[in-house]
Amino acid sequence: MSELTLADFGISQALIARLVLIFVVFQALVLTSAFMVWMERKVCAYIQDREGPNRVGPAGLLQPFADVIKLVFKEDLRPKAADALLFAIAPIISTATAFAAFSVVPFGNETTLFGLLSEPLRLEVTDVNVAVLVVFAVASMGVYGIVLAGWSSNSKYSLLGGLRSSAQMISYELSYGLALASVILLAGSMSLREVVMNQSGYWWGFIPKWYVFLQPLGFFIYMTAGVAETNRAPFDFPEAEQELVAGYHTEYSSMSFALFFMAEYINMVTVSALATSLYLGGWLGPFSERFGVGWIYFMAKVLLILFFYVWMRWTLPRYRYDQLMEFGWKWLLPMAVLNLIATAALVIWLG
Amino acid sequence: MEQFAFYVLAGVTILASLGVVSSRVPMHSVMLLIVSFGALAGLYVMLDAPFTAVTQIIVYAGAIMVLFLFVVMLLNQHREDEPEVMPASLLRRNLRAGVLLSVLLAIEVAWGLSQVGLRSFGTDPGEISAVSSVAQIGLALFTTHSFAFEVTSVLILVSMVGAVVIARREH
Amino acid sequence: MPTLNHFLILSGMLFAIGTAGVFLRRNLITILLSIEIMLNAVNITFVAVGRYRGTVDGQIITFFVMTVAAAEAAVGLALVIALFRHRETLSPDAFTSLKW
Repeated sequence: MSELTLADFGISQALIARLVLIFVVFQALVLTSAFMVWMERKVCAYIQDREGPNRVGPAGLLQPFADVIKLVFKEDLRPKAADALLFAIAPIISTATAFAAFSVVPFGNETTLFGLLSEPLRLEVTDVNVAVLVVFAVASMGVYGIVLAGWSSNSKYSLLGGLRSSAQMISYELSYGLALASVILLAGSMSLREVVMNQSGYWWGFIPKWYVFLQPLGFFIYMTAGVAETNRAPFDFPEAEQELVAGYHTEYSSMSFALFFMAEYINMVTVSALATSLYLGGWLGPFSERFGVGWIYFMAKVLLILFFYVWMRWTLPRYRYDQLMEFGWKWLLPMAVLNLIATAALVIWLG
Repeated sequence: MEQFAFYVLAGVTILASLGVVSSRVPMHSVMLLIVSFGALAGLYVMLDAPFTAVTQIIVYAGAIMVLFLFVVMLLNQHREDEPEVMPASLLRRNLRAGVLLSVLLAIEVAWGLSQVGLRSFGTDPGEISAVSSVAQIGLALFTTHSFAFEVTSVLILVSMVGAVVIARREH
Repeated sequence: MPTLNHFLILSGMLFAIGTAGVFLRRNLITILLSIEIMLNAVNITFVAVGRYRGTVDGQIITFFVMTVAAAEAAVGLALVIALFRHRETLSPDAFTSLKW
């Protein structure tokens, strides 16, 4: 009897490679959010002239795992008179959209894993020709996790926190989208892989052709809107402990709270990953094509932006809510519109 | 495979819409409608219209439904009150007639389509790329339909101003 | 491979569900949601027929339908809020003073 190979079941090497890649990306995101917990506490400590966690593991690196174990053992409270189904679903929506937004981000060139694979594997989960819009769409869905958390907790603080947080998110989504549109104008395509490939090459031999040099205002708008979208300081009024207890996740405990936490960090990672792909040249760098080390450059750039995130949180004071909304509507949105118009005019004028 | 995907997505859409129409809790209606919109976006992707699919999620599920959600939360409607006893037969007869007409509409559409032969979609790749390319949509939108586009922007402005004026508290 | 007829039947059923919702429900917000269902049924018809005929016009009309739906939802919900302030109820049976 002839041998049955895996190929007879329709499972090819490419399929297995792709599944492994998806698994790797998923785990990398979870590990990055754990790493962010550690980095945040360490950076916060050094900014405040102290040392931060240094007991658990070398330099406190196992601290996030200790935190997770503590959270898992906490009691899972469920307040009465809350809409139980929506209360349970809200953190799931937040986390699912956070992971889904990363699915179209390319983080490396084609690689054959040193000849292990018969055909080159693209380092991304998927590539659609409307990738930028997919991220935008998934980010819009992320608002629902927060809104439902606030509503179904059936408590005044949660409801107010949820409403404020979601109003802030939808206000800054506009500037976010307009900054994305300016980059799409420059690149001529909505696929993130195309956008990164359009940034290859150098001007005068040493300045890389990244879009941050062509669109500095766009980069500023994108980062500001991204920080506001992820509800991070200085735009984190809805989470301010002093004002609203803890905002929309007041009534959550143990794993549900951990899920919200993780969703916030993964949203930060997604915004940073998009910023590197759109403005900082993604995985491009010296020798990235020849030696397949693009993903190291990508990780380095993403970590740099994440460091900026944490740095901003512990340096800048918090915006008050009305100042926040005024800034978003009266300053950032007109700037984003002007940026788009100027970009369109320059693209037409310079060909 | 595609047939299976179509039946799953269509089933989710119809079940979610039935849930919207029959649920007594307004919040559940809104969430079920969002599920229905998601399934419809999947159907648009099956029809080689990825741009319309993402636009559906961004505009419908991401903006209009948030508006509905805010209103439901602000009006604090946890559960719809039991319907008052309807005044006598006239109103109820109109309601039943309306539902009967909708059911008749569905049956008539299904019957009419079964009389016509099956029309399959063309699978020519040139045709597919003509339909699904965003550049084509942008080109047609801003050249052939540019007047409708400008009028729509005025419409949105008018509705925005109108909504603010109507919902404002009297001082 | 689903044919055009499949999509048109789905659209017809969705439209019927929406119409039944408008007639049956006694809650203003649910009535508005049923109207949205009807608009979506129309959208899927447009996209399916556009794909069948190989033109992009179906999707363009969808674009305009979505925009008009957004405008209508905004004004409709503003009206619901204003009405709620007067009568503290969301049932359309409370606003029958113009009936003869």
